[in-house]
Amino acid sequence: MKNKNGRIIDETITWQEITPGGVVYEAGSAENFKTGDWRTMKVDFIEENCKQCLLCIPVCPDSAIPVKDGKRLDFDQDHCKGCGVCFAVCPFKAIEFTKA
Amino acid sequence: MSIRERMSGNEAVATAMRQINPDVMPAFPITPSTEVPQYFSKYVADGNVNTEFIPVESEHSAMSAAIGAQAAGARTMTATSSCGLALMWEMLYVASSMRLPITMALINRALTGPININADHSDSMGARDTGWIQIYSETNQEAYDNYIQAVKIAEDPRVMLPAMVCQDGFITSHAVENIELLEDDKVKAFVGEYNPEDYLLNSARPIAHGPYDTANFYMEHKVQQANAMMKARQVIKEVAKDYEKLTGRKYSFFEEYKMQDADVAIVVINSTAGTAKEAVDELRAEGKKVGLIKIRVFRPFPFDELKYSLTGKKVVGVMDKCEGFSGAGGPLFAEVRSALYDSHDRPEMFNYVYGLGGRDVTVDTIKCVFNELLYEAHAKQLIENQVEIAYNPELLLAHTSDFEVGRVYRHLGVRG
Amino acid sequence: MAYNFKEEMNKPERLTGGHRLCAGCGAGVAVRGVLRALKVEDKAVIANATGCLEVSTFMYPYTAWKDSFIHSAFENAGATLSGVEGAYNALKRRGKIDDTYKFIAFGGDGGTYDIGFQSLSGAMERGHDMVYVCYDNGAYMNTGIQRSSATPRYADTTTSPIGKDSNGKVQSRKDLTAIIADHNIPYVAQTTFLGNMKDLHEKSEKAIYTEGAAFLNVLAPCPRGWRYSTEKLMEMCKLAVETCYWPLFEVINGEWKLSYRPKNKLPITEFIKDQGRFAHLFKPGNEYLIEEMQNEVDRRWEALLKRCGEQI
Repeated sequence: MKNKNGRIIDETITWQEITPGGVVYEAGSAENFKTGDWRTMKVDFIEENCKQCLLCIPVCPDSAIPVKDGKRLDFDQDHCKGCGVCFAVCPFKAIEFTKA
Repeated sequence: MSIRERMSGNEAVATAMRQINPDVMPAFPITPSTEVPQYFSKYVADGNVNTEFIPVESEHSAMSAAIGAQAAGARTMTATSSCGLALMWEMLYVASSMRLPITMALINRALTGPININADHSDSMGARDTGWIQIYSETNQEAYDNYIQAVKIAEDPRVMLPAMVCQDGFITSHAVENIELLEDDKVKAFVGEYNPEDYLLNSARPIAHGPYDTANFYMEHKVQQANAMMKARQVIKEVAKDYEKLTGRKYSFFEEYKMQDADVAIVVINSTAGTAKEAVDELRAEGKKVGLIKIRVFRPFPFDELKYSLTGKKVVGVMDKCEGFSGAGGPLFAEVRSALYDSHDRPEMFNYVYGLGGRDVTVDTIKCVFNELLYEAHAKQLIENQVEIAYNPELLLAHTSDFEVGRVYRHLGVRG
Repeated sequence: MAYNFKEEMNKPERLTGGHRLCAGCGAGVAVRGVLRALKVEDKAVIANATGCLEVSTFMYPYTAWKDSFIHSAFENAGATLSGVEGAYNALKRRGKIDDTYKFIAFGGDGGTYDIGFQSLSGAMERGHDMVYVCYDNGAYMNTGIQRSSATPRYADTTTSPIGKDSNGKVQSRKDLTAIIADHNIPYVAQTTFLGNMKDLHEKSEKAIYTEGAAFLNVLAPCPRGWRYSTEKLMEMCKLAVETCYWPLFEVINGEWKLSYRPKNKLPITEFIKDQGRFAHLFKPGNEYLIEEMQNEVDRRWEALLKRCGEQI
């Protein structure tokens, strides 16, 4: 996340350099913030069991299951908070839900 | 070639808006500003503007919609008074902190409690900390001229702050006076197009506007905003210069009327200045050295300029057309007095809170004020000359309290 | 167009990870589901009322939104987005904008049913071409689980706590969807998360692509406020629907249409038994409270069936 002059916006930014009005010009800049370390539980992808039904994709609040060419990939563990909703909907035991 | 016309202050400001032809106007009616959106609705209905007029369901929504529209990239205007301004109070802060150059016609009317529809400045004065540029107008001409300049001031990239152009309810807004208008194309050329670098509807660079700031960032955002208000002073001067080239009419932070050799002066805002100028003229004819300052720009506050102008005067009466209930005088008094604090030759200063809820103020009333100030100046001279005097409070108009501050803080025109 | 689940799942995300919503938050799922109904080539401006969603997804300098986004205050997402839509019309008329933009406001039940009610009503009445989506989690969650007019009766919240003299919230919840339907706008719907999200998707698509004002009420369970184990999100939604606590329906140009009628209507106890906010109802002696809850659910369900022209 940078201001228009390319200066990174962090807690050392001065009032002269901060973006006017609190506007953020980089859509989706939250991706830079890793929420994976919030976890107390974790999910693991058991690829051999996965039938690619994709029912887990829409139930994740954190968009942490990437999809490419119509197939789900492994979990985005940088952002997964370990809520287990995907585990609860998976019909094929392709997701394990255990303590982090 | 200007156009000679005669119209009310409301129509004057609506005309300025029509000529500028904003993109969006969300508005809600409230006396005495109602005519502004009414005139404007007629312009829309007759196809004289291509503005999107949004008849919102409250003033809070008017400012909210204005924020949405301006952030989306549209030049947005609205109008209100009194409790309408009070209802949008929360959003005034949001508009200025989001650095959106919304312009608003503020037709001054007393704040409720009891409800009153006449002119006083409690509404705009109550909003003096909101970060809005505040420009006051004595006449319909000034309201018209100020509105056109306000758009240019607000949208300047060094400023990017919202601006309100104030005029007295009914006295200026409804009374019909002569006015000189500019041609439509001249107004449009003066304000130019609104082309912000960033706006919500820019698909090349979508933005997120209105964040949650932790304590790590809030102060930097606010100081930057404060700095923009300070920068506005330079921009106000520049825009006034350009406007003078266009119209021949001079504008500054305030108007100085017969101040050069004045011994005593009053500081006053809006239509009362017209009445007061009459009083000045009559007293000058009697050989009394009196003058007045009429504040035009209250935010940003012309701190240095007022100090320079009032230094050396013997006594100054600051007239507040609203009560701040500070227990120590009105808001204009507090700020003007503060500006004179560092002066090497500062005048004695007295506060006259007057005209609340539209209480009439006449030439004679103002003359009484001047006579009181002259009396105070004379007493001051005697004291300086170490002449023993018995201070005669009966010669003074009104003492409001028994405390020290009661000596300088007075109410004018109240029965009792 | 028919719901092609795989195709929809393949679309690029409009809400990224890295936001600060709780693990298992229903609001996140609601937003992803609604935004997925946008055509990939269409742009959007999202307005958001202050609340869990807003403070979590736009904490300076992080924004989880890929589209343009605006937040101004708590009670005015409707009015703010009205202004944006007005600007779009004005700028399009002047030839300054080429793209197709859709306008979507998100507000929690706080910012929609209560403090935001006026602003929502005004926006709907004026018929702006926009969608207002309420993510209804049944309380003012962001400020710490205070009761709202969307909170179900007898729920334990911090401003309607259970105690010696209290069984929780006194009033039954407000039927906001019906109120907005009576604004005579072209499309109103009540939905939540079921199966492959077909109901949510189709209703979102209709809401977004119907010209004029549209309103969606999405039940978005909150594990923290409702006090259930986070992984049970989908189960909570299913039970809400199967017990007819949260019926699924649409009002299209004033015609009421039921979306789903459970073959086996489950008793309300099935919905509330795993939620900590209702645990007190299972104490011996409190059966009458559950009975009252059940009666109210039944009364509303029957009224809805009538409205939709269904057999009771």
